[in-house]
Amino acid sequence: MATDYIVGIDLGTTNSLVAYMQGDSPAVIPGEDGLNLVPSVVALDENNQVIVGNAARRYLIETPERAVYSIKRLMGRGVEDIQDELKLFPFQLADDLQQGEVLRIKIGERTYTPPEISALVLRQLKRNAERFFGAPVTQAVITVPAYFNDAQRQATKDAGRIAGLNVLRLVNEPTAASLAYGLDKKKHGIVVVYDLGGGTFDISILKLHDGIFEVIATNGDTHLGGDDIDNLLIAIALDDIRGDLGLDFRRDARRSGEAVQRIRQAVIEAKIALSSQATAKLDVDLPGGKKYQREITLEVFEQMIQPIIDRTVGPCKQALKDAGLKPEQIDEVVLVGGSTRIPKVRRLVQDLFGRVPHTDLNPDEVVALGAAVQANILGGGSEITQDMLLLDVTPLSLGIEVAGGVTDKIILRNSTVPASATQYYTTQVDGQTNVAIHVLQGERELARDCRSLARFDLKGVPPMVAGMPRIEVKFLIDANGILRVSAREQRSGKEAEIDVQPTYGLTDEQVENMLLESFDFAEEDFRQRQVIEARREADTILTALAKGKKNQAWPELTSEERHSVETLEKALLAVKDSDDYHAIREGIDALNQATMHLAELMMDTAVSTALKGKAMDDTDIGEGPQAGHPVAKADFE
Amino acid sequence: MIIPGHAPAEATPSCWSCGTMRAVHFCNSCGKVQPPVPVDYFTFFGFPRKLNLDTAALEKEFYALSRKLHPDVFGQADTQERTWSLEQSSMLNDAYRTLKDPIKRTQYLLRLEGIELEEQSKQATEKARATGELKKQVVPPDLLEEVFELNMHLEELRMQKKMGEDDPALLEEIGKAKLSLEEKYDVLFNELRTEWNNWDKSENGAADEADRRKIVDRMVDVLNRRNYIRNLVRDLNEALEN
Repeated sequence: MATDYIVGIDLGTTNSLVAYMQGDSPAVIPGEDGLNLVPSVVALDENNQVIVGNAARRYLIETPERAVYSIKRLMGRGVEDIQDELKLFPFQLADDLQQGEVLRIKIGERTYTPPEISALVLRQLKRNAERFFGAPVTQAVITVPAYFNDAQRQATKDAGRIAGLNVLRLVNEPTAASLAYGLDKKKHGIVVVYDLGGGTFDISILKLHDGIFEVIATNGDTHLGGDDIDNLLIAIALDDIRGDLGLDFRRDARRSGEAVQRIRQAVIEAKIALSSQATAKLDVDLPGGKKYQREITLEVFEQMIQPIIDRTVGPCKQALKDAGLKPEQIDEVVLVGGSTRIPKVRRLVQDLFGRVPHTDLNPDEVVALGAAVQANILGGGSEITQDMLLLDVTPLSLGIEVAGGVTDKIILRNSTVPASATQYYTTQVDGQTNVAIHVLQGERELARDCRSLARFDLKGVPPMVAGMPRIEVKFLIDANGILRVSAREQRSGKEAEIDVQPTYGLTDEQVENMLLESFDFAEEDFRQRQVIEARREADTILTALAKGKKNQAWPELTSEERHSVETLEKALLAVKDSDDYHAIREGIDALNQATMHLAELMMDTAVSTALKGKAMDDTDIGEGPQAGHPVAKADFE
Repeated sequence: MIIPGHAPAEATPSCWSCGTMRAVHFCNSCGKVQPPVPVDYFTFFGFPRKLNLDTAALEKEFYALSRKLHPDVFGQADTQERTWSLEQSSMLNDAYRTLKDPIKRTQYLLRLEGIELEEQSKQATEKARATGELKKQVVPPDLLEEVFELNMHLEELRMQKKMGEDDPALLEEIGKAKLSLEEKYDVLFNELRTEWNNWDKSENGAADEADRRKIVDRMVDVLNRRNYIRNLVRDLNEALEN
């Protein structure tokens, strides 16, 4: 197991990355296109092949109904709490979505749950890493926003499993970033990580001490990020277009997808430009031939985004308060996430904490690099990481519903994880054998204002007089920030059976089925790849043979040999374009075998020609079959 | 760090791996993590059951134990050891969280002494606030007069706010009351410290059972008054903000 690669993955709202520990320092693994960032975009092409990343981006414009982005916003959520998202993002819910079912999103004619879509992104990262290492990758550390709740974490873990990854740990993004920062310098002191990404905002305050990274407080908003800036700019542009050009894309559902995506790309480019320029131009070719043009000055841009970035102030202040710290007690501030490139955001952070923030690591990559460090630690560590240990906290209080619909908090937010709490339950009716427990997450006093995590049904309580059973229920939040529950009836000593009904998540069985399905697809993909490769090999050998037949060695074969070769050549030609891998393979092998003598003769000719000092080019024995043929390869160069 | 004489029945005296005498968390001989035993938080840290506690030493011990027990250290271990590491480190974190906070530490010790401070606890207060039920709460006698006056002021404030009026003199009066309460809050903490010293002396064998009972009762009284004032100040702040 020790030789297996464990990778660190940043599964982002906008972009995802995979990294690993290369000796003493973490490094991002580029994709086939040579780029480090894999856009978290999934599309289906016209043949229903899954396309992920940069290649999928063009589908956002060409066939917006066959592509999806920012799926992270829907992870671990129910229909009723994504109504805002549905207004701002082009997510298409499945038509046959049932009440209480896990969300399913339409891509083309197919539907996928958010964990499945995330799994497709993860599978791409896995493949990138496998190509890079030339070996299978099955274990990973995946990062999540620190403020993700239990359901969102579970959904991320499910996505990993569906992608065929054993998720060794979920690490909070700001904490991962601090690992990457703290790696080279043994630091002490209080560090604030301000992480404003594409769709989420986190603030974490850590105490660094001899390689221990102890999170003291964390806060955030899982629906606040660069996406919100884009959506605001899109909304303004759509208003402009309606006013100036009389086109209302909000009402023209059929054409709006393409128009909105074109506008979206333009505003993103403008936003990025405004991090280094005083003005930016929007120039969008709208469907129907009209153009939308506008200039935005930095001043106007900063005014527009002020309300959005101001939303990060509250969580920062709350985290400081929870940590019991004043801004002047902060030693260092680290910026993470693409949106922290915006100068206005940097000024806000500087004003809040009175420190010039660090920006020496690429804010897009630092989380993935930190995940790679954590992967290395979990793999047993190396010299550079052996003293490093991460002590993280749970971002939200865990509670249970008690009489009157009130939340009884049993594990408070900012408790170091793993953390546990034990509660005792009894029955209210004589002979009662089931006890229901409703688990909640959040800070509010009433259960209905908190997030419902799951309903646990304790079964098999021995029938006794009401109030007699004493059921001990242990709630444990593990190092991933995910809840585990176990129960025991103390008078009988019986382990109580727990039936978990996750409020927003997939059941184990559902995940298992998705996993098998994705294996089936992988199998199919694999077979298709095999056929394509065999076909290529057949072409190579047929081309080589065509050349061989023009070689002076050809007439030296017996007529039987020549006949046999030509029969097999025809046979291979006949099966080559079929989808029957085995037939193609057999055809190749048979022809390979039959041309063995020819190849040898050609070799001899080539060698004697070479000895005579004749140029190799004139002999032209061709490339020869790529594989399998023992001599035809030009290994005498 | 060896379990003291009164180790619970479930505790295994020897290490599952090498068979020698084990400690609470891991084996002193072979270093393997052990299944958790139900010990109290003081014992878990190897500290005496005393309330004056060297928090720097506690933190140091917490870090040292974290390095040995945290699940990250068991990334490549088998399922059984991983489970024990998870349980041990959750107990470590729970224990550290409880002991490092002076009030939680006192409440925990009182619970070990068989006393639940439920009625005055924050949870009970929140529950009562959320359901609108009247919480059974006894006003500490020395605060009766002050609380009576304060309630009158608050009522007045509510009336004024309804009428849209603003009376700086009243606000000043309430502000003064708040300051006085906060001072009392601090004084109570010093009273609590005195009882800590008494308790720690009794742990050294300087008091009989009846004396210990008295110390416990006084600590309960101080905590109750302290909680009462804290809730009052919170209500005051809310009234001033709204």
